Amino acid sequence: MQLSRREFLRILGMAGAAGMLPGFTSAASRQGSDIYQLERFGDVRLMHLTDTHAQLMPIYYREPSVNLGLGTAAGRPPHLVTRSFLDYYHITQGSSLAYAFTPVNFIDLAKKYGRLGGYAHIKTLADRLRGEFGSEKTLLLDSGDTWQGSGTAFWSRGSDMVEICNLLGVDVMTGHWEFTYLEAEIRKNLAAFKGDFVAQNVKVKEDALFNGAKAYDEQSGHVFKPYVIRTLGSHRVAVIGQAFPYTPIANPARFIPDWTFGINSADLQKLVDTIRSKEKPDAVVLISHNGMDVDIKLAGQVSGIDVIFGGHTHDAVPQPFEVRNPGGRTLVTNAGSNGKFLGVIDLKFSGGKVSGYRYHLLPVFSEELPAHPEMQALIDRIRAPYLSKLQEPLATAGSLLYRRGNFDGPFDQLICDALRQRNDAQIALSPGFRWGTTILPGQQITMEQVLEQTCMTYPETYVRDMTGQQIKAVLEDVADNLFNPDPFYQQGGDMVRVGGMNYRIDPGASMGNRIDEMRLDNGTLIDASRSYRVAGWATVGSKSPGEPVWDTVAAYLRDRKQVEIRKLNMPLLKNVSANQGMDLS
Amino acid sequence: MGISRRDFCKTLAGSAASLAVLAVIPGRALASWSEKAFMADKLDDAIAAKYGGLPIEDSSAIEIKAPEIAENGAFVPVTVSTTIPGVTSISIFVPVNFSPLVTSIDVLPRMKPDVSMRIRMAKTSNMVVIVKAGNKLYRTVREVKVTIGGCGG
Repeated sequence: MQLSRREFLRILGMAGAAGMLPGFTSAASRQGSDIYQLERFGDVRLMHLTDTHAQLMPIYYREPSVNLGLGTAAGRPPHLVTRSFLDYYHITQGSSLAYAFTPVNFIDLAKKYGRLGGYAHIKTLADRLRGEFGSEKTLLLDSGDTWQGSGTAFWSRGSDMVEICNLLGVDVMTGHWEFTYLEAEIRKNLAAFKGDFVAQNVKVKEDALFNGAKAYDEQSGHVFKPYVIRTLGSHRVAVIGQAFPYTPIANPARFIPDWTFGINSADLQKLVDTIRSKEKPDAVVLISHNGMDVDIKLAGQVSGIDVIFGGHTHDAVPQPFEVRNPGGRTLVTNAGSNGKFLGVIDLKFSGGKVSGYRYHLLPVFSEELPAHPEMQALIDRIRAPYLSKLQEPLATAGSLLYRRGNFDGPFDQLICDALRQRNDAQIALSPGFRWGTTILPGQQITMEQVLEQTCMTYPETYVRDMTGQQIKAVLEDVADNLFNPDPFYQQGGDMVRVGGMNYRIDPGASMGNRIDEMRLDNGTLIDASRSYRVAGWATVGSKSPGEPVWDTVAAYLRDRKQVEIRKLNMPLLKNVSANQGMDLS
Repeated sequence: MGISRRDFCKTLAGSAASLAVLAVIPGRALASWSEKAFMADKLDDAIAAKYGGLPIEDSSAIEIKAPEIAENGAFVPVTVSTTIPGVTSISIFVPVNFSPLVTSIDVLPRMKPDVSMRIRMAKTSNMVVIVKAGNKLYRTVREVKVTIGGCGG
């Protein structure tokens, strides 16, 4: 069903009248007006995009129904799902905002409100928001995970996305998956990028520096500019970069052997202090790929940052989370993923300081925002050489296919099924990435959609024998990366997906004690000392010998006309039944 | 005038080489009194062997700069510095290592109590730093996680 424009706006308006998000109230509560018409406020406008994962075209993306928060993170953003989320932000069920921000009634609402994102539609919105505010007083910031995630980004080694970012007008960005190409390729992309690429927490290793490795600053060892000052009208804003601190652990270090990362909060505090005293900007902001829980902790430790524009954890959070610290207050935001949202903050200054703000996380409804012709032409040109490959139909989705969720998603189940079947393996393991789009029941699954779930620079598959003890060690290790009570010890991402086996998890238990009851699909208890044949992909340590996983999944799909995922190897959860970050209904 | 970092390192490497030769001689003589501490296989034994039974106080005046999660457990960079006056010794312990005492550095009056090194960690563990000043010991603890490879994204 397609809605007329008036009907669409009427529904938005109703949602507003029923009590909307604080930030949306001004725009959306006016019956019949559109959410993109923002009230005039403040002196500078900073727009924020993150984790688009190279999704050039509009997509469906189901937000999670399981996103547990433990300890101090329990029951607070971003660990609210479905009805808890709607209640917290006063969003009406069934509204277009409910569709953009939650998985409630996802299939029906997806048919009603259509796809989100797409760079041609983002461009239209960004240009309008710049134009209305005065483009000399606006900035477009990007927190990274922009140059990876599609077939075209992979085949061009990220360079197609550099062209896209340049045309969109990205002013300052930082990175994570950008570093999964080789250093020479990264440097080529950076040379072509017209904005500033910043990161205070990426350094050249000392021995590499000694041997002549390139650095932005040989004294400090920084690989990139740590920050940049941008003049916006009569005001100056410092933008510091924070790349994903665990890139060489969560992704292959072999692609970037000379670089070392980290959270480096003490360095960040020193940098903020230096910028404040020497440059005297009106505002200091951080574009961060830490993930939201890490950003919230960091904001409590480091003083002097006005706003953190976060990414990595793909949390679509409608309003900034305010954190108190010894120096005052820091706003922490996270702007979702896959091009679904554009964050906008308008800052008001007085006496050289931020004195007020308005924040909006605007869903990019592709049916409401016309495609920008020049951007669409560039996208078409990028896709043209690969179009027949991308559009190859492989099978039809018999049920909703998505990935995002702490423990499992039907598309990962499909990957695990394919890995087991094609490799004759008892068990399959698949990484818990948070990128990967959603396919509605009845939709054709094309090669492009398989690539959206799998496309990266270390896609090789493996089959090997692992003991029950080794499998448990992997599950425990990843669980601690997700559920460690201290966010500085988390890496983001979700739990590794399993196929062919089940287990029980107590997320709040300590390292090494979360997982038990590991059983094969047939109910047999997994023996710690016995060997099992395990298939998987995306090995971080060294390159695996098998074919790229997209070939495995495509071959599996071609053998079937229709794919229905009815049974997930979803673990049994212990001691989290009351958690507001979980809705298993 | 700023000497480039690389040139500085090269100069340092030259002088370090000559220093290393000198260091070998007293090392042999000193081995006898540190051996027990370095060979101890329990944290408390190592501390006792190194510092005797001096009282230990937790201190926020010692800064440990180390990764929260190590990029490579065989090679964990750590920097320890302190503002405690009159420091004469800094030691770093990793309780899960077979020999918890990793390093012990004598601090001379004109030396800045700020040391850097790379240490090996068998697995996720606390890093315990003990600083001696006067007849007191000060302690700071910091966890460093060693993972077997992740799936972040």
